[in-house]
Amino acid sequence: MKKHRFSWSHLYLVLVFAVLYAPILFLIVYSFSQGNSMDHFHGFTLQHYQELFDDRRMIVIVINTMLIALLSALISTLIGTLGALQIDKTTNKLTRGTILSLNNILMVSPDVIIGASFLIFFTRFHIGLGFWTVLLSHIAFEIPIVVLMVLPRLSEMSGTMLDAAEDLGATNWQMLSRVILPFISPGIFAGFFMALTYSLDDFAVTFFVTGNGFSTLSVEIYSRARQGISLEINALSGLMFIFALGLIVGYYFIQQANQHRLQKHQKSGAV
Amino acid sequence: MPHRHTNWLYGIPYWLWIGLFVIAPVALIIYQSFFNIDSHFTLNNYATYFHSGTYLQMTVNSVWYALLVTFFTLLISYPAAYIMSHLKHRDLWLLLIILPTWINILLKAYAFIGIFSQAGIANQFLTLIGIGPRQLLFTKSSFLFVATYIQIPFMILPIYNAILDLSPSYVNASRDLGATNWQTFWRVIWPLTLPGVKSGIQAVFIPSLSLFMLTRLIGGNKIITLGTAIEEHFLTTMNWGMGSTIGVVLIIAMVIIMIFTNSDKPTKGDRPS
Repeated sequence: MKKHRFSWSHLYLVLVFAVLYAPILFLIVYSFSQGNSMDHFHGFTLQHYQELFDDRRMIVIVINTMLIALLSALISTLIGTLGALQIDKTTNKLTRGTILSLNNILMVSPDVIIGASFLIFFTRFHIGLGFWTVLLSHIAFEIPIVVLMVLPRLSEMSGTMLDAAEDLGATNWQMLSRVILPFISPGIFAGFFMALTYSLDDFAVTFFVTGNGFSTLSVEIYSRARQGISLEINALSGLMFIFALGLIVGYYFIQQANQHRLQKHQKSGAV
Repeated sequence: MPHRHTNWLYGIPYWLWIGLFVIAPVALIIYQSFFNIDSHFTLNNYATYFHSGTYLQMTVNSVWYALLVTFFTLLISYPAAYIMSHLKHRDLWLLLIILPTWINILLKAYAFIGIFSQAGIANQFLTLIGIGPRQLLFTKSSFLFVATYIQIPFMILPIYNAILDLSPSYVNASRDLGATNWQTFWRVIWPLTLPGVKSGIQAVFIPSLSLFMLTRLIGGNKIITLGTAIEEHFLTTMNWGMGSTIGVVLIIAMVIIMIFTNSDKPTKGDRPS
């Protein structure tokens, strides 16, 4: 009886996973299909990948997207980490709560609201839409997640360690670079990674603040998808799937490293 | 824990960010909602919103569809999260749940354009089982299906974490005391995992109000969500005042949800904005 129920539940899970992955696999399979539609497989070809690599405009857009993602993730990690250090210093409960609430506003706001309000903001201050507005917006919505990733690590750090460093004559800078930063680095890496994925994943905010002339991948996919099916997009999704797979393996190893550290510090098992 | 090391000067970029990109935009969108298309101060946007039936109708529709999406997502995700949390290699399964969320949402929407098209694989299947081809794309059900599909991982993650946090001794105690499976679930497991369900609802419901790309690509504008209306007003008709008014409504809806789901700190498995 019990065994029987067990297998039913597994079947359910397999079904959920099949539905989750079917559309993605569907896209990738048709990226190798001849012809120009996603209804029947017309024989194997790499022609769409060839088209993709010959597409100058697309390559520029890919480079733009990567540049925005890397730059915004780097800058937001820096600002977010500094912010987390500040928040951690704040002992007053009310002030701390207020700062954290402000911090989380962009995390919970619908992206349409973020996009629209940033558009008003940039227009009011006469900042021309394009690369810089997209970069600034991405930095802005990535900062809170960095703070949320770094903060728990800071509060795990024991005060005695800092006292010891201070007693041993460490300067402020030495304490930051030799004690604090090494301890919180897993949080910083996790924050950087999350910031990177937020940037690559974003569509709506970029769509609002991009103006004419500058485009990122998601905006480009949106405008092409509105025109109908082009198997070049399938080829692109094949490459992006590989890329996401690589990213997630990287993230997995960072998480594993985090957990090892945690288990070393608190002797409890599950995180 | 007192830290004496960081100078407050280092924090300046962060405080600037809070001022310029958190407080100012919200203030600006509220401010903008009091101006008409010719930049004159007016309360007409709100008057129009509350008096012309179309906006209220649109809001009710949007909330209704977001509720449906949240409900279906929860229905599918809770059992999946529960089963996953009892598997041997659950970390790996969790990774497999997260992976699809790293595929750009527009690529997934695009996949469904192919799947649901006139001669697409879904219609081939319908023909095979004798129902015959139907109009699938640009219907309300296709919007519901795709929106649910996209939100499932964001519901599974927080619920999964909540179930993992649940100590098995409660379940054992409940069984030992003679509770049936159903009683154990309804009286012990469900209440204790409710925080995860709440953050899941929060992570799914609010974005579902604003999925304008799906209403365009999949819903064929059959459904106008609050997000679609805002996008339309800002980028097509250029009536920013009215767009901001709808934005304020969306912000209020968001605050209400936050109060109901009552979680002031985002949990693990939070979603990208």
